Amino acid sequence: MIALVTAAQVAFWALAPLMVLCAIGMVVSRKPVHSAVFLAGMMVMLAVQYAALDAPFLFVVQIIVYTGAIMMLFLFVMMLVGVDSSDSVVETIKGHRLASVLAVLGFAGLLLFGIGNAIKGPAAGLEQANAAGGGNVPSVAELIFVRYVFVFEATSALLITAAVGAMVLAHGEQVFPKIGQKLTAARKMRAYAETGQHIGPRPNSGVFARHNAIHVPALLPDGSVAESSLSQTLSSRGAYIDAGELRAPTDAAFAEISKVTDNAGELE
Amino acid sequence: MNILENQIFGADPWWIVLIKVVMIFVLLLVWTIFNVWYERRVVAKMQHRLGPIMNGPFGLGQALADGAKLILKEDFRPTKTDRWIFNLAPLLTGTAAFTAWAVIPFGGEVRMFGHTTRLQLTDLPVAVLFVLAIASIGIYGIVLAGWASNSTYSLLGSIRSTAQMISYEVAMGLALVAVFMFSSSMSTSQIVEAQALPIRLGDFNTGIPGWYALLLFPSFIIYAISMVGETNRAPFDLPECESELVSGYLTEYSGFRYAMYFLAEYINMATVSAVATTLFLGGYRAPWPFNQIAFLDSGWFGVLWFVIKVQLLITVFVWLRGTLPRFRYDQFMHLGWKWLIPISLVWIVAISLLRAGQNEGWFRGPVFFVVLGVIIVGLLAFILFGGRKDDEPEGVSEVTEGDFDAFAGGYPVPPMPGQQLPELVSVVPSTLAYPDDNPADERAATTNGADS
Repeated sequence: MIALVTAAQVAFWALAPLMVLCAIGMVVSRKPVHSAVFLAGMMVMLAVQYAALDAPFLFVVQIIVYTGAIMMLFLFVMMLVGVDSSDSVVETIKGHRLASVLAVLGFAGLLLFGIGNAIKGPAAGLEQANAAGGGNVPSVAELIFVRYVFVFEATSALLITAAVGAMVLAHGEQVFPKIGQKLTAARKMRAYAETGQHIGPRPNSGVFARHNAIHVPALLPDGSVAESSLSQTLSSRGAYIDAGELRAPTDAAFAEISKVTDNAGELE
Repeated sequence: MNILENQIFGADPWWIVLIKVVMIFVLLLVWTIFNVWYERRVVAKMQHRLGPIMNGPFGLGQALADGAKLILKEDFRPTKTDRWIFNLAPLLTGTAAFTAWAVIPFGGEVRMFGHTTRLQLTDLPVAVLFVLAIASIGIYGIVLAGWASNSTYSLLGSIRSTAQMISYEVAMGLALVAVFMFSSSMSTSQIVEAQALPIRLGDFNTGIPGWYALLLFPSFIIYAISMVGETNRAPFDLPECESELVSGYLTEYSGFRYAMYFLAEYINMATVSAVATTLFLGGYRAPWPFNQIAFLDSGWFGVLWFVIKVQLLITVFVWLRGTLPRFRYDQFMHLGWKWLIPISLVWIVAISLLRAGQNEGWFRGPVFFVVLGVIIVGLLAFILFGGRKDDEPEGVSEVTEGDFDAFAGGYPVPPMPGQQLPELVSVVPSTLAYPDDNPADERAATTNGADS
């Protein structure tokens, strides 16, 4: 006869080894992004364990909040480090390793006692807890919004304070006013009214077919350089191509053409 | 132990579950191929072109050929990319795209091979949140693709995409809250059934089903905007805008791995449309005149209504793409964080006040009308006399006197308005964008990046 196994047990024995592997992978990976991916994988599997243990709300919240938001922010920052970089193992803070070992021992002790208590003590079972509020979601809601409402609100106040603090630290004073599209348009209209300056966009650099580089000025119909087609940085350095040099091939071609047309005129 | 809290779904034999899984898989693949063709044809119509017409009936073979080409192409990985992550990323996105459909109801109860079952793979008491959770796993594929490609364009594209999807997921989640409150459920099939109740005006039964798109119109609009943002589609397709980022996060991808992203994008478009259909447009239940005929509103007809509604929403996606230019990134974020999220929050508070008030009977008696009057007068006063501030922004206008001191106050500081870095004196003239209006100053503003 086959012993009766529940879905939760199957899920546990299928996922627990993978989770341990992911956790080890997270610690031993050299690249921070690999660590983050291992951790995210472990979190997703933890979420599946919750689902197998009859806690669907915890299952989705674990994925949305931890995997989707918090881990993503971590990853976001670490991505900027680049693919080729890997962790340095030089001890930068004095006594760092010793403190880490102590912290790990302390945490292990906490885990041991916590899990030990849970195993030794009688378990009420999740079904009973779910039945209290008439379903998993209402039961969780009742705990959060009725029984522990002050703790919950206090935690959220703490988080908001942290977020506001981060924004204050990151906030830069605006030295120049922000010039939006509306203001730009208004200024252009005023400039047009006062000085007759062209309202539309400034000309592109390089209108010749053979040049469109940024250091090639646009030419006006009379052959002079359109100053506003050049970056001011380049024009004040004098780092742009001379208009005469630009015009030379065209002039030569034009001279050839006019010679031909002159001859044609004689023939007629 | 039954995690589904729903006997109907727990009771399916395994082979029915398998049939449903295969059906969803095949349907999504075929639908994607159809949608690729559909989008190209509809956009072509909007732009007075023909689109693909050469291969197969109506050009339908074109999408199939394109898909086959992608799969048969050489699948190479650029050097100096991260091998594991580069391979993992498209799989994550592709898998997540399929997984979300597990909780989408295609129809109501039907008879299938002698079993009564629902046309839905499974249902959870938190099914809608499940879709959001799976979407957030799908983002991993995009983020990791950008990083693993070891390319600036890819990284920038993936950063944009992630920021965009995370931001718009907030607005999307908030838009869904009102639906949860009205249907008092987060299970997709129950939300659909809750919408089938007809709207009543007083004692008169209109017969029009109470779709949340009608009852919760602001939520629907917010969801509709954020679903376009969530799928990275035009006009919010900033992560892959050709003019700036080549192809964004999938610049370095080709062949089958590219096909995974392509597939995922089209499935995601269908997914968000399906969620919109389920939550706001009555799901698999028939629209108005047809819901009066019981035969058309039951059994396998549900699939028809569902597919029609989703296809119409996909048409809207195509229409947007054919009509609107791309947003600028800061405008897009501005829209999400400063408009959609605050509006959703206010709307949720208003809705919950309304619901609580109806339950508690606040809207009877004189106090309610006094409060209402005060609010209306306040709003009128704001509209009439509130006014807007002057359009010219008030910046820090005083120009600091004296030469630039890089260590003013003992800390390294940037130059203040009117000051200048000594090494730039010969390069850029010190006319900064400020605040007088002559054109030379505006030129300087542009080169300094102060022009937004």
